[in-house]
Amino acid sequence: MSDTGEHLPASPAGDVPGAEVPERVLADLPEFGPASYAPAPEGTDLVHIAEDYGLFIGGEMVPARSDRAAPTVNPATGETLATFAVGGAEDVDRAVLAAREAYESHWRDTPGSVRARYLYRVARLLQERSREFAVLETLDGGKPIKESRDVDLPLAAAHFFHHAGWADKLDYAFAGAEAHPVGVVGQVIPWNFPLLMAAWKLAPALAAGNTVVLKPAETTPLTALLLTEVLRDADLPPGVVNIVTGDGTTGAATVAHPGVDKVAFTGSTTVGKEIQRTLAGTGRRLTLELGGKAANIIFEDAALDQVTEGIVGGIYFNQGQVCCAGSRLLVQESVADAVISKLRRRMDTLLVGDPLDKNTDIGAINSAVQLRKITELVESGVRQGAELYQPSCALPERGWFFPPTLFCDVSPSHRIAREEIFGPVLSVLTFRTADEAVEKANNTPYGLSAGIWTEKGSRILWMAERMQAGVVWANTFNRFDPASPFGGYRESGFGREGGRQGLLPYLHLQGAQL
Amino acid sequence: MTAKPAGRRRGPVSTVGIGTAGSRVWHVNTVAMRAASVEVSGRAGEHGALPEALVGLPITPTDAVGLTERAAALAKRSIKTTAKGAALTLAVRCMDLTTLEGVDTPGKVLSLCAKALRPEPTDPAVPPVAAVCVYPELVGVAAGALAGTPVRVASVAGSFPAGLGPIGVRLAEIADATSAGADEIDIVLNRSAFLAGRYRQAFDEVAASKEAAGHAHLKVILETGELGSYDAVRKASMLAMAAGADFIKTSTGKIGTSATLPVALCMAEAIRDFADADGRAVGLKVAGGIRTAKQSWQYLVVMAETLGPQWLHPDLFRIGASSLLNDVLLQLDRLGTGRYPRPDKTVV
Repeated sequence: MSDTGEHLPASPAGDVPGAEVPERVLADLPEFGPASYAPAPEGTDLVHIAEDYGLFIGGEMVPARSDRAAPTVNPATGETLATFAVGGAEDVDRAVLAAREAYESHWRDTPGSVRARYLYRVARLLQERSREFAVLETLDGGKPIKESRDVDLPLAAAHFFHHAGWADKLDYAFAGAEAHPVGVVGQVIPWNFPLLMAAWKLAPALAAGNTVVLKPAETTPLTALLLTEVLRDADLPPGVVNIVTGDGTTGAATVAHPGVDKVAFTGSTTVGKEIQRTLAGTGRRLTLELGGKAANIIFEDAALDQVTEGIVGGIYFNQGQVCCAGSRLLVQESVADAVISKLRRRMDTLLVGDPLDKNTDIGAINSAVQLRKITELVESGVRQGAELYQPSCALPERGWFFPPTLFCDVSPSHRIAREEIFGPVLSVLTFRTADEAVEKANNTPYGLSAGIWTEKGSRILWMAERMQAGVVWANTFNRFDPASPFGGYRESGFGREGGRQGLLPYLHLQGAQL
Repeated sequence: MTAKPAGRRRGPVSTVGIGTAGSRVWHVNTVAMRAASVEVSGRAGEHGALPEALVGLPITPTDAVGLTERAAALAKRSIKTTAKGAALTLAVRCMDLTTLEGVDTPGKVLSLCAKALRPEPTDPAVPPVAAVCVYPELVGVAAGALAGTPVRVASVAGSFPAGLGPIGVRLAEIADATSAGADEIDIVLNRSAFLAGRYRQAFDEVAASKEAAGHAHLKVILETGELGSYDAVRKASMLAMAAGADFIKTSTGKIGTSATLPVALCMAEAIRDFADADGRAVGLKVAGGIRTAKQSWQYLVVMAETLGPQWLHPDLFRIGASSLLNDVLLQLDRLGTGRYPRPDKTVV
């Protein structure tokens, strides 16, 4: 972060070459501290947003035949950014046909080394345009720019790089088996990591030789639409990736389309169950990555100051709108007071506000609907007798914001301890022994992720064996890597994304001795 | 700028310095006697055991990955315009302008004192620095030049930088620097004792140094670059604070690895735990390798977001540096005029 490119307003005399430099005005400076960090907004000049968008089908932007459109809104201001097409059944049909045509005419026979080249190009183009993508992601979704800049974009590029590496090695990835693509894949992604989820879905599908119909989330279509420019600049053949924006009906049409050989869905458990019912008995493949209610488990011997950071990163990252968020804090009773006191103090330093400001820690809630849901669940927590703590931070007057929230004295039967809130709300429960921690951690219908904090290595392994969760983090939380498979158990879904395991749903293995 | 507390103010120049032989001899004798008992208790064992003063103090482990991640996140805070002005002014106020070279002369120290008092001759709005830090030999010179000003005199002492001279000599050096007019004494922790597990000895030596320093503030240098782990940094921080240190300090500046942001964060977390448990606010001094204005505000961000506004004050935060001041002045100048001045604008 060099400061040399920045232009501060020059004083009048400073504009005249050779003029006497006036005395600096050092009076009236604020006391230094987080409360007085001057605004540091990321510039938006790089980003061009069109007034309205069509659908990306067969390599071109085309108007929707449905004649339906919807606005996408900046959740930090409530202002409409653009209007996008809401694809109907006929549009989905067109997209599936384009994908089928591309698959059968050339893509399935394109050598892996050539597919890799396209993926490498996409990865590099994403890196080159990462600032533009990051700003757009923040504008459309409300997440802090430091997260879209430092997490979403680098990870999205990393997923394309990683899978580009697999594309020509599939026959070696699964010993004794010949790897073949599945066909046309329908992918429906959520609004919490719009571009990153697109990357998670597209990269393995394309590396494996499939073609795709991707349906972005209703509230965050813009980065997927910008991605179409990258796909075209990478010379990806028409029809290999088709992007059909829209709402729930568009997603339903995509997953139900008989021309789709495999469905991948990331989103709510309710919708996931509907999709599973739709596909039951059709023989079409399905992977689901659904909700969670992760336990973040703190043992008394853990590094408590780093634990505090891990808790904050676990639940307030992306305003808690993360399926694997560490929303249930399980802390050993002997250190509960120390941990909660450290946590409260840390919460007081969180900067809530303009997502475009480079210093903002907590940005806007994605939509009014989501804000209502969070508010309703927090009210239920208070009603059911849990003790609420929120730092006294001023929230912006416009837009949808919710302060970081902590609930103590939570009982496992409270709604806030059972239901996925998908917001910056943490419930604290205590435990006495490791057995009790296991019992409480697994006491949920979900099974996506868990965190274990202890300085004792053997306890990490003992706990990890017993966690009914697809991802277990030790002494860290919310850490993602394209090489590491991600996915859940039970009501958190099935199937993995990332790594070698993440390729399996997109491949037919012939002659496999698995 | 805050005035020094009345009790710590130096007397007139004529009564301090090397001339008062009688009081010196008395000092050396008493500290030498105490030194003997320190050595005995060090040999007496309790190998590996922590002194009772540390029992009950939280010495929580430190996870290096999490610590460095947090430090990196704090380093990314974007400090602009008014916040930058406030940070840079505060950095000047918290600076220990330092010269610790074998070739230091009275002339060099006098010019450093002049700069400390008026860092930017063309702009009286730039405040004086906190202190001038010199070797004991030159304390009298600095004390003479800075008498009656808000700038304090700091002296390294106690066989700086290794700290492995005989304990009696170390304590005598501390007492000597104090009676020569030092307001602040920077000593090094006995890493030999600490790393060998003779915590009791390391603790007792700090406690004896505190006593030898008398009215002067005691800063204990942990030389974190030699401690090998953040766990050790945290333990050494607690030990020094429990033994009576007024400040804990990262480095001597005499070895390859000096202050880093994660080390400062680790020590700030220890200071926070100590203040919670003991009620006493101990200061943090970062030193060695801090050369740019940007580095200085990164340390201020760590202090602000870890310890809070109380610590953003020269009484509880110092930056020890020799070349940092000029870069801070350049940045301050640019902040006011919108352009960089010539590097040779600042006085040497």
